[in-house]
Amino acid sequence: MNKTGPVNDLIHRALDVAQQGGAGYVDVRVVERQTESLTVKNGALQEAGANLSSGFGVRALVDGAWGFSGSARLEPDEVERVAREAVAIARASALAQRDPIQLDDSPPVVASYNTPYVEDPFVVPLDEKLRILMEADAAMARVPGVNVRSSSMEFGREEKIFVSSEGARIEQDLVEVGAGIETSAANESEVQRRSFPQSAGGQHVTGGFEAIRALKLAEHGEQLAEEAVALLTAPQCPSGRMTVIIGSSQLALQVHESCGHPIELDRVLGMEASFAGTSFLTLDKLDRLQYGSPIVNIDADATVPGGLGTFGFDDEGVPAQNVPIVEAGRFVGYLTSRETAPVIGRRSMGSSRASGWNVIPLIRMTNVNLRPGSAGTLEDLIADTRDGIYMASNHSWSIDDRRLNFQFGTEIGWLIKDGRLGQMVKNPTYTGITPEFWGSCDAICGESEWNLWGLPNCGKGEPMQTHRVGHGAAPARFRNVQVGVGQW
Amino acid sequence: MVATHWDRAAIESLVGRSLAEVREGEAEVLFTARDAALTRFANSRIHQNVAEHDATIRVRVVDEGRTGVASTNRTDADGLRDVAARAVAICRRATPNPGGAPLSGPLPSNAPPDLGFADATSRSDPEMRAAGARSVIVAGDAAGLETSGAFSTETAMLAVANSRGMWNSHSVTQAKLLTVMMDGNGASGYAQATGTDVRAIDATAVGEEAADKALRSRDAEDLEPGSYPVILEEYAVATILEYLSWMGFSALAVEEGRSFMELGRQVMGTNASIWDDGLDPSGLPTAIDFEGVPKRRVDLIIDGVARAVVHDTVTAQRAGVQSTGHGLPAPNAFGPMAWNLFMAPGSSSKDAMLGGIKRGVWVTRLHYVNIVHAKRGILTGMTKDGTFLIEDGRITRPIRNLRFSQSIPEAFSEIEAIGAGTRLVAAEYSGITARVPALRIAHFGFTGATAAEQAE
Repeated sequence: MNKTGPVNDLIHRALDVAQQGGAGYVDVRVVERQTESLTVKNGALQEAGANLSSGFGVRALVDGAWGFSGSARLEPDEVERVAREAVAIARASALAQRDPIQLDDSPPVVASYNTPYVEDPFVVPLDEKLRILMEADAAMARVPGVNVRSSSMEFGREEKIFVSSEGARIEQDLVEVGAGIETSAANESEVQRRSFPQSAGGQHVTGGFEAIRALKLAEHGEQLAEEAVALLTAPQCPSGRMTVIIGSSQLALQVHESCGHPIELDRVLGMEASFAGTSFLTLDKLDRLQYGSPIVNIDADATVPGGLGTFGFDDEGVPAQNVPIVEAGRFVGYLTSRETAPVIGRRSMGSSRASGWNVIPLIRMTNVNLRPGSAGTLEDLIADTRDGIYMASNHSWSIDDRRLNFQFGTEIGWLIKDGRLGQMVKNPTYTGITPEFWGSCDAICGESEWNLWGLPNCGKGEPMQTHRVGHGAAPARFRNVQVGVGQW
Repeated sequence: MVATHWDRAAIESLVGRSLAEVREGEAEVLFTARDAALTRFANSRIHQNVAEHDATIRVRVVDEGRTGVASTNRTDADGLRDVAARAVAICRRATPNPGGAPLSGPLPSNAPPDLGFADATSRSDPEMRAAGARSVIVAGDAAGLETSGAFSTETAMLAVANSRGMWNSHSVTQAKLLTVMMDGNGASGYAQATGTDVRAIDATAVGEEAADKALRSRDAEDLEPGSYPVILEEYAVATILEYLSWMGFSALAVEEGRSFMELGRQVMGTNASIWDDGLDPSGLPTAIDFEGVPKRRVDLIIDGVARAVVHDTVTAQRAGVQSTGHGLPAPNAFGPMAWNLFMAPGSSSKDAMLGGIKRGVWVTRLHYVNIVHAKRGILTGMTKDGTFLIEDGRITRPIRNLRFSQSIPEAFSEIEAIGAGTRLVAAEYSGITARVPALRIAHFGFTGATAAEQAE
């Protein structure tokens, strides 16, 4: 995207038209997002696609009410039409308005940010990408009994300009990569799936193709396939209350659902009530609620290198930050925006993000990370556990509309007996209530087991925006958890 | 908002120019465009109000078994040239896939041109949506409830052409108004109205339905989890059908052994019949799929017997049948998808369904449903926005939301009564719609409950 010349004239034309129409505040985002995806399925290139989407959005605050319009056509007439439409929509919003919206006093910034990377994923030849996927596919194919094999890669580059009527101007160039492999085996009554490094498309990070090479997909293909086949004849996960050790990527999703979403302040304030729900972390809980055990510490960190929720500035122009969410088990912070932060007497911590040019920024997770603990390696933690179950790699997830009652299923589990992993079990599930569950956490593995996972498919808002967020976690142990849910 | 950018002549011209840019192999061009607007309200005020105008050209090049796909929303001459070049470049370097999607020849659609299109919806404006939102908010205010929701209108255009002579196009509209009303102490109610024509949406009725449900949900108590008879209202049934589609109505799911659909076998009770029909005007019809293939009705489950699944051109080729018109945009590893679901009504009123239930649960809708075991059709999720205890044939009190974990084919093998009326429901997360009745089911497994408000 050419960030100089005519595009700037058009941006300022949009600002002028909206302000002349009565907007007290206006921002304009011009975004170009390029993506590429490859999937090899059962030894054949199933899909190879490239997408380019570009456009601009104008957000106008008129008499304390919001209006937004966006268009793919960055042309003089369209820019003026869209700016006028944003103002007209804001005036319509005022027809059902209570108190006027006021933004916090975050200072306008003029700056730029680029994702650091070594190897540009968009210049790596297709042949090289296919070679990596085909090798992983071949590794899985060596195991008799698997019926579906899939290997995939995704790349994204988002170039954007943010300009506000307050004087902000920010340019960003964000680069993301992701890859993973998955295989399943089936018999008459079961389908069992295993995936690496995690389910739902694998691992995703901000960075370059070097992160894809580091995954060494092919080295994991054979074991993955063997586990999928073995699960077909493994016994069903037992049912009852027991000690559970949760693997790193599954715990990342647990953080996402039971911490990341309920700390979104717009959700807390009821703005998502008609779609995704509300939050049990109501304003009276801030700085008071014991969210988890004293070893539970969680941050929202948009600055951590490589995180899928890492950037320079959010889509309101607020710099990326690292803020505490849970300190020694106590709930101390929310994800906020310029509109919502004043409600708790704070300034935005920079988590207002739009998934594209055509939608408004909403409060989204950045990288909501469970800090590592002192329980050493996963091996150490298992050795320290007399009876229990180890569950790894997400299979299913569900949580209620206040983010209290959850149920997760994982792809695989192993019973733990006298400090050793024993019998493999299939269809493991566990359920609980968020603060009770995190309150039962008595051990978290250390730095060496901590991994920053990327989730490329977090949905929120109407129209729904699918966004890219990150979660760091190390395996952790929870006591007295209900496992093996339902009739099997 | 007026959908002024794309009339039929403009689309034909654009697609034709795009197709002409591909000078090697065979090519398909998929054009999609949206003029969409949404007014969102919460805490009884409008807090988001947005409009979006976009159009995308997607080019699929097929040459000697190799395929390349590229898309762009730059529809000027440079954009068309660039997207064609990128698709060709990917195709040249791709490895051949003998099972790749073939291009179809001409397959004329016989659907009426105005099927699924209402001019009033395409011309709706923010004032109209604000007025609808305000009507809902007034109903919530009158009941002393906090109101949230969204009122959306959309015009969507779809056209497909290829170098084998395929040309099909279709434009549709959709309007949807939904609301959740809450009392701040755990009580909530929901209502949704959706359809092709925005004029058919009665905002006041939507508000009153949600308010009534929320007021009746006050002071909910706990219910011990277990297996209970249930009455599932239409919203809940529609969500279940949506997930049945995800789990098992696709030919690819059957091929890969992960579907509960064993064709020719009894998979549900004899009173359960489910089909997909993209041409039925009582749903949200679409004449063609994303491969340009005209949609056909597919009887999925009739009298409880799994009869058929939906196909795209890839699965149809492997099965030696015709595509049923359920293809997704290329590149597509997901397989075909049943979008326009229907379930046959019965003869019961909801009041009559209550009769004879000694102790059961009334479920308004479901929340955050997910697949636990696709082969067995096991879902989990929560109840939401109106869950009530049934005792001795009548609703006696509201109960806190419950978690269910249940095999749906097993539950639908025990349908004791089916509502006489049906309701069109649009799914929350996908484009799937379902016109369904309410159901009474003999046993439904609840495995947990949400907590009361947490103490500090």
